[in-house]
Amino acid sequence: MRGMQEEEVFVTGNEAVARAVKLAKPNVIAAYPITPQTEIVEVLARYVESGELKSEYIHVESEHSAMAACIGAASMGARVFTATSSHGFLYMCEMIFWASIARLPIVMANVNRALGPGWNIWADLKDAMSHRDAGWIQFYTASVQEAYDTTLMAFRIAEDRRVMLPTMVNLEGFVLSHVMQPLRLVNEAEYDKFLPPVRIPHALNFERPHTLGTLISPEHNYLVQYDHNRCMRAADDVIAEVEREFERMSGRRYGAVMKYRCDDAETLVIAMGTLAKEAEVACDSLREKGEKIGVLRLRQLRPFPKAFLEEVKRLTAERFIIIDRAYSSGYGGILAEEVKAKLYDLGLKKEVKSIIAGLGGQDVPHEALEKMFMDKRGGEVWFGV
Amino acid sequence: MVWSMSESDEGKHEIEIRIHSRGGQGGVTAAKMLAVAASLEGKYSTAFSIYGAERRGSPTASFTRISNREIRKYSQIRKPDCVIVMDPTIASVVDVTEGLKPGGKLLINVGNNSMDLERFRDYEVYAVDATRVSLRFDLKVAGIPVLNVPMVGAAAKLGIISLDSAKQAILKVLGGGSVVISLARYAGTTALDGTESLPSTLRKNLMAAELAYKETKRLNGSG
Amino acid sequence: MARAFNTVVVSMVEVLGKEEHEGMEAVRGEGKVVKWLAEIPADEYVLKGNSACAGCTAMIALRYALKASRATGRKTLLLVGACCMVVCEGVYPNTAYNVPTLDTAFACTASMASGVEAALKSFGRRDVNVIAFAGDGGTVDIGIQALSGAVERGHNFLYVCYDNEAYCNTGMQRSGATPLCARTTTTPGGKREKKKDVPRIMAAHGIPYVATACPSYPMDLYEKFKRAFSIEGPKYIHILTPCPVSWRFPTSKGVEMGKLAVRTGMWTLYEVEHGVFRLSPPSRRVVLRGDVVPVEKYLRAQGRFNGITDEEVERIQKMVYQELEWFKEAAARRKLW
Repeated sequence: MRGMQEEEVFVTGNEAVARAVKLAKPNVIAAYPITPQTEIVEVLARYVESGELKSEYIHVESEHSAMAACIGAASMGARVFTATSSHGFLYMCEMIFWASIARLPIVMANVNRALGPGWNIWADLKDAMSHRDAGWIQFYTASVQEAYDTTLMAFRIAEDRRVMLPTMVNLEGFVLSHVMQPLRLVNEAEYDKFLPPVRIPHALNFERPHTLGTLISPEHNYLVQYDHNRCMRAADDVIAEVEREFERMSGRRYGAVMKYRCDDAETLVIAMGTLAKEAEVACDSLREKGEKIGVLRLRQLRPFPKAFLEEVKRLTAERFIIIDRAYSSGYGGILAEEVKAKLYDLGLKKEVKSIIAGLGGQDVPHEALEKMFMDKRGGEVWFGV
Repeated sequence: MVWSMSESDEGKHEIEIRIHSRGGQGGVTAAKMLAVAASLEGKYSTAFSIYGAERRGSPTASFTRISNREIRKYSQIRKPDCVIVMDPTIASVVDVTEGLKPGGKLLINVGNNSMDLERFRDYEVYAVDATRVSLRFDLKVAGIPVLNVPMVGAAAKLGIISLDSAKQAILKVLGGGSVVISLARYAGTTALDGTESLPSTLRKNLMAAELAYKETKRLNGSG
Repeated sequence: MARAFNTVVVSMVEVLGKEEHEGMEAVRGEGKVVKWLAEIPADEYVLKGNSACAGCTAMIALRYALKASRATGRKTLLLVGACCMVVCEGVYPNTAYNVPTLDTAFACTASMASGVEAALKSFGRRDVNVIAFAGDGGTVDIGIQALSGAVERGHNFLYVCYDNEAYCNTGMQRSGATPLCARTTTTPGGKREKKKDVPRIMAAHGIPYVATACPSYPMDLYEKFKRAFSIEGPKYIHILTPCPVSWRFPTSKGVEMGKLAVRTGMWTLYEVEHGVFRLSPPSRRVVLRGDVVPVEKYLRAQGRFNGITDEEVERIQKMVYQELEWFKEAAARRKLW
């Protein structure tokens, strides 16, 4: 049942994220500015300054310190938030892994941006995708509304007792962070019911002192990692649960995968983020020309969702076209390689075409996608080369 | 007269608008105002800009997409249906009609230049001296005339949005605070004799939008 | 060369005004000033068509650094941190800098410079001036670890911090170098903390040369570059570079704003050479003769202090007086570190 009449505003992806964080009311925000994330930290600074948001705002001097400060705060049981992008993401890399192994429910917005040198401030998924092994839950959003909704859900997912893992909400630089779209807001009272107060079981306390992060020997280390994986896999079901509850609250449905015209498709396009949306436009055009084509958008990269495997098993498409906005040099498109590996697990043989497009903010119009989809040659294709 | 979008329009559901301006002139805000205006009419819209290392004063572009359904395009607008040129000096340094569909609409702030508009004869051209309108109401920011407000008013002459929606949008965007589009209408009317309660700068902006609308002249038609 | 010299003289006198001119003469003796002006090379190493904003004072600093480097007869190797000066280079395939340039990641300009210096040393080359150029963000905040390490190790290079007191390149977020009460996009109500003083931190590292400067005093600035290049070891110059876009004042007023900064005591020009403190002439009248312009004049001239209260102005004025006291004592004591 829908909540009260929701207010609708017209804002950028960045502002939408900041608004979601405001509803979540983190105890501590520690963030360092980097284009194209800056609006998030600026809007939050305004909320804190005006008193609309009562968070401790730490103006850290670098991203490494941003994540370190988040870890420090979360270790005391606080709800925390940070945001970054590309080089900032990489600079906090050591602490990204740390936060995950420390099992702290930190929520971070990452505005996907290319890596230098050759300073490039535009959209590219390499920052987050190259860190899919870091043990964070990862979502990739494709609209302003989705960036907002996913951030709202992220806190709930991360803090779930069965999960207790840091969660990352990705939105592509400029194409999503800076585009203005209508945004339906969630009612604060409703959200307060949706997100219970934070409780981190292993947070430091004064009643029963313990130590976080002491030395651990080869006899025990692997058990920590095993447990981590166990909870990451359990998170898959928790996420689905949270998404169902969010739908009850807001009327908007999300899943680990979002299907568009897939059921009778002979060709299945698999993509993430805004390129998947652009692919839908190409798909519609091709449908009009008689092509049976659909788009499967992967919204959740980690934990790699069971839903994806289920859909792929169920769908009859024999030709897969996988679009990547991040490439592992000397290997393949990162998403393409993940999908191929899963096809092997499922015992399925499909014709796979890998399209590498949009790197470093390269503009990818739907007309170009249409051409590439229609080109029956397989293998790997780099748009523009 | 509102430009209608229909399925039968060769499957086109969208209007794509490109706005040329110089850095610092508020081109992104113009794009936002148009998008908000369309939103108030029940359409789905998005607004964005080219983001690069631009500096104050260099030519840049902003974009608005308006549709009957969710807009799923995130790519740049290469074949706009409509081009708006906010600054008279831009047309001589930038090919403002690049990609503009034949018969597409072109709205130019001609300023007080005697601009050669013959080269645009393949398009539906609308001209207005938005600079004069702005100065008439003393609308300036940091000494520079505000061009986005009159141009948004002028855009209503093209039938993209109604003048009333344009004025509502201007009020919402300039009014401070969140741009709330779900509150269907601004409580009052935007007809000028109903706006005495507004702060005078907002009133002047509305008057500028309205005057620009009145003074926008269509110069030719295509075919 | 003669034509260039004449243009330089005219513009210098206009820029400096009579008092600075006299101050310089007092230091160097009559007649030497004119000769010294002629030494500034007219050649530019920052090419036309670069992407600097109108009125960028940081660009003056960079141009003079490169000129001074050239004047030593040695080659120049420039490192540029993630800051405005990188954007000013322009976009691939062009660059506006006519010296070999290495653009660095944000946190590590000084450590990349260390690597460059070590490589040159390993090649046996002693004919290169290594100059690291970074903004306040990349020096005072994220870059301070690398800087401290590099100077502690004693690398032979010049580190220049040009300070526009915020992350201006990315839209004016606050940095550790943002002064008290300044409004930035992340301190909309004014910064609550004082400006971090890195020049004195550098002096406390015991490095052979530290200086503060401002492009509003170009002769002083040039002299300092020149002096730095004549010294072996780590050198640090911290330049206040008013930014018209971020500080919000007219683009033509950059030089004037810098002078106000010095004349109000908000910025003091000095050198610390082998631990010996030396006030620069433009700051002598402020520190030693108490010729201080009220700080309000400086604050109210900039949009970034809009909304500042009278109490805050008063607090800043008190802070300035305390600072000036420190500099007065330092000038008297001379050997500090």
